[in-house]
Amino acid sequence: MSYLEYTVKSVPTGFRKILHLNWPLTLLLASVCCIGFLMLYSVAGGSFSPWAEPQMKRFGLGLSLMLVVAMIPIWLWRNLSGLAYGGSLLLLVAVALIGDERKGSQRWIDLGFMDLQPSELMKITLVMFLAAYYDWLPAKKVSRPFWVLLPVLIICVPTVLVLRQPDLGTSILLLTAGGGLMFLAGVHWAYFAAVIASATGLLTAVFQSRGTTWQLLNDYQYRRIDTFLDPAADPLGAGYHITQSKIALGSGGWTGRGFMQGTQSRLNFLPEKHTDFIFTTLAEEFGFVGGFSLLGLYAMIILFCVVTAILNKDRFSSLLTLGIALNFFLFFAVNMSMVMGLAPVVGVPLPLVSYGGSAMLVLLLAFGLVQSAHVHRPR
Amino acid sequence: MRRNRAENDANHTRLTRRAALLGGAQLLFMGGLAARMRYLQVDQADQFRLLAEENRINIRLIPPARGEIFDRNGMRLAQNVPSYRIVMVREDAGDAEAVMDRLGQIITIDEEIRERAMAEIKRSAPFLPVTIVDDVSWEDVSRVSVNAPALPGVTPEVGLTRVYPRGSDFAHVVGRVGRVSQADLDALEDPDQVLRIPRFQIGKINVEARREDILRGKAGTKQVEVNATGRVMRELSRREGESGKDIQLTVDAKLQQYVQARLDGESAAVVVIDCENGDLAAIASAPSYDPNLFIGGISSKDYNPLLESTYRPLVNKTVQGTYPPGSTFKMMTAMAAIEEGIIGPDETVYCPGHLEVAGRRFHCWKRAGHGWVDLENSLKQSCDVYYYDLALKVGIEKISAMANRFGLGIKHELALSSVASGLTPTKSWKRETRGADWVIGDTVNASIGQGFMLASPLQLAVMSARIATGRAVTPRLVKTIDGVEQPSGAGESLGMNENNLRKMRRAMFEVVNNRRGTGYRSRIIADEYRMAGKTGTSQVRNITAAERARGVSRNEDLPWERRDHALFVSFAPFDNPRYAVSVLVEHGGGGSTAAAPIARDVILQALAGGEPPLEAYPSADRGRIKTQQRKLREMQPQAAINGNDQA
Repeated sequence: MSYLEYTVKSVPTGFRKILHLNWPLTLLLASVCCIGFLMLYSVAGGSFSPWAEPQMKRFGLGLSLMLVVAMIPIWLWRNLSGLAYGGSLLLLVAVALIGDERKGSQRWIDLGFMDLQPSELMKITLVMFLAAYYDWLPAKKVSRPFWVLLPVLIICVPTVLVLRQPDLGTSILLLTAGGGLMFLAGVHWAYFAAVIASATGLLTAVFQSRGTTWQLLNDYQYRRIDTFLDPAADPLGAGYHITQSKIALGSGGWTGRGFMQGTQSRLNFLPEKHTDFIFTTLAEEFGFVGGFSLLGLYAMIILFCVVTAILNKDRFSSLLTLGIALNFFLFFAVNMSMVMGLAPVVGVPLPLVSYGGSAMLVLLLAFGLVQSAHVHRPR
Repeated sequence: MRRNRAENDANHTRLTRRAALLGGAQLLFMGGLAARMRYLQVDQADQFRLLAEENRINIRLIPPARGEIFDRNGMRLAQNVPSYRIVMVREDAGDAEAVMDRLGQIITIDEEIRERAMAEIKRSAPFLPVTIVDDVSWEDVSRVSVNAPALPGVTPEVGLTRVYPRGSDFAHVVGRVGRVSQADLDALEDPDQVLRIPRFQIGKINVEARREDILRGKAGTKQVEVNATGRVMRELSRREGESGKDIQLTVDAKLQQYVQARLDGESAAVVVIDCENGDLAAIASAPSYDPNLFIGGISSKDYNPLLESTYRPLVNKTVQGTYPPGSTFKMMTAMAAIEEGIIGPDETVYCPGHLEVAGRRFHCWKRAGHGWVDLENSLKQSCDVYYYDLALKVGIEKISAMANRFGLGIKHELALSSVASGLTPTKSWKRETRGADWVIGDTVNASIGQGFMLASPLQLAVMSARIATGRAVTPRLVKTIDGVEQPSGAGESLGMNENNLRKMRRAMFEVVNNRRGTGYRSRIIADEYRMAGKTGTSQVRNITAAERARGVSRNEDLPWERRDHALFVSFAPFDNPRYAVSVLVEHGGGGSTAAAPIARDVILQALAGGEPPLEAYPSADRGRIKTQQRKLREMQPQAAINGNDQA
């Protein structure tokens, strides 16, 4: 079904679109952001600077952007998705050539008024482009090898570029989100089974070969993998962060130690307390109740997205909404697993809560697309 | 491209199915996260709460103030004074090198010290104070304070350090403190945490070391909140420690100072014991050293002369040194025989100048012999044969047992380091340690305090006090702890026959006050101070045949370290004994010439409570004594004695 077939007259026009926004979703997003402001205020020792205030300004900007994006018809976005993907890819190449290097990785482009992280943008544009691809592709071709290989390439090119920055966390997110979208589009089970089986086989081979004559990796690479998988083996390096993070979480108890009373974060035992580890501060100060509430908000956001996607008869809109929801889910799932000591430290921020401009703007932009899909859904 | 509605619906159904599946998986994962969160925050909360507190709270020790030490009259012997050091905090200083240069222009800093401080500043956390110079004078502190604006991050800090205002007088009594060494820590099974405080001072020897338990006190603690880099954020709570308790000694600082001055130039020891209660009024070993030199670590320039001197200033000769008691032991041989009833005090023995024992001839010091002598005469003239004869009759076991009852050969418990137990030999002792049988000649030698017999000046003073009182007087050095009087050393009766004891005292009186007595030249003529005593000259070696051939027979002809030790034991006043005094002069020659005059001066000083009247001395000696008194007065800084350092 192309946009020409929309029953255009049933789609709201002009400012009436605002009434048709997915308001519960907007409210949920704003609540999560407010929790973020609160925590940033707390980790700064009860001060709006240096984090809470800029974050609030960005939220204002992001919210406006979201509304603007939501006003623009979804079919326009679909037609722009190829351009968006290509543009992001170019930026990724550009960042590899001229980007700023910080903390040992090259991820940023200085735009003068803000730092842009093209890999953040790529998370959304990749989903957009894949959704458009599967919207265009006839259903019977979806599982044919050539038509499977094409999206695999679309996913892998940016993933490799991001991996080279190096940014393992984001590349895993890109890979998983892309794969998830292919799964949603209806690619045959067998492909996924084959990929999972071969990946398992390869990993097994890598580990089994260790110490034998046909060892696949160098010893130092194995040691790196060891620390990556088990940070406790390096208690003053990678393990230090995880241990302190678990202490902060655990010491919160049921109801927490009270707002701005978290000793772990206030006394700097927590690393990156305003970015990647902000959830530990929340859990320390508001306990299980606080942490579970945030998780609940996230769950509701996912749930709203899934429901609105299923109710939307437009294939592009559904795929895009689900893809963005998956991306969002991956964000917080990886971050929370990391701070709870369930996953290695890969450097993924907590969406909408962690301090950071481009991540928040891109996410709100993405939810703008979700809103647009909702507003312009066929009725 | 157009698609029909059926295909569209099929597509959407599949999408819905897969979306539900993926959404379900996501919710499941979130459930897992919630479960993990519950496990960490609820099930293990207590454990993690504890870990968070451990992270956050650091316990710092507050060093206690060390107890001070006083003499019997409340004069300070060891005190705590503020000591200043200059510290620098790097993050406040900014450019540490430049600040150090400026500091170097204001106060003098050794190049070596400067380099060490700079290295430490670079090494330690930027907010930690690092000591640049230790023990700086008040002038330097004020100079630094005045120039504070030019010296960011530099501050003077104050601590307590030990000072011994009496200097060398009490090195062998009070002892000294020093920094805690690894050896100190190793010696303790469970070292007090306070010992790990940098620059904490611990008692190293004598009272400071032996009563460390009382003097040290207990460390206080303060709980501070620290951040991840260890910086103190605030103090949470504070528990004050307990200062060390003060100790008062029995020693009279004035008398002690007099004795040390009197022994100037000698290698000697003097012990003055109170016959009433065993209080040690003076316990002096010469030469001594200044314990203040040791506190911050002594330089080899100061230390080597102390170590190499033949007079051994580091050795406490009063308790650590043991010497053959020589003729001062004769009272013990006689008491053993008389108490056993082998001979009466008035019975006589013939001295032909020698005694043949088992084919060997033992000489009396007087080759011509003393003729018929009883206890009084034999002691007065120090006849040797009388005691050989008694010893052969009573046997070594009885003699040693008697000596033990009078405090020889046993270790007296004192708060001093390396208190020696001396030696009163027995047959089994010789078999066990020497692997040889006791021979009769050993008994003969022991009877006059030679051979294996060894005693410390402290033990000889105790012996004199016990003879003077008939009680088992035990020495006491610590008078009060924290104001609580310690048990007296008066002792129970020895259970000796009082008549025999009286005879013995009478004989000792004759030694000093009879014209023919060996100590006659050191008599006291003032009735209220009359002294009784016994001289002793203990051989360090035998004069060899070769030396005899060269004509060496007198001490003065020998090198110092081979001359005889001079000894003298005494008590006074004779009628009502107050003090017993023992004197040892290492390689001093004869007891009557080298030791007895010292004992007389000391005992008179003690009895008079200051400089004694010249009338106490025989008129012929007064001129010489007056000169000596003037000389000693000049040696003792009176200001220190009567100064304002009374407690």
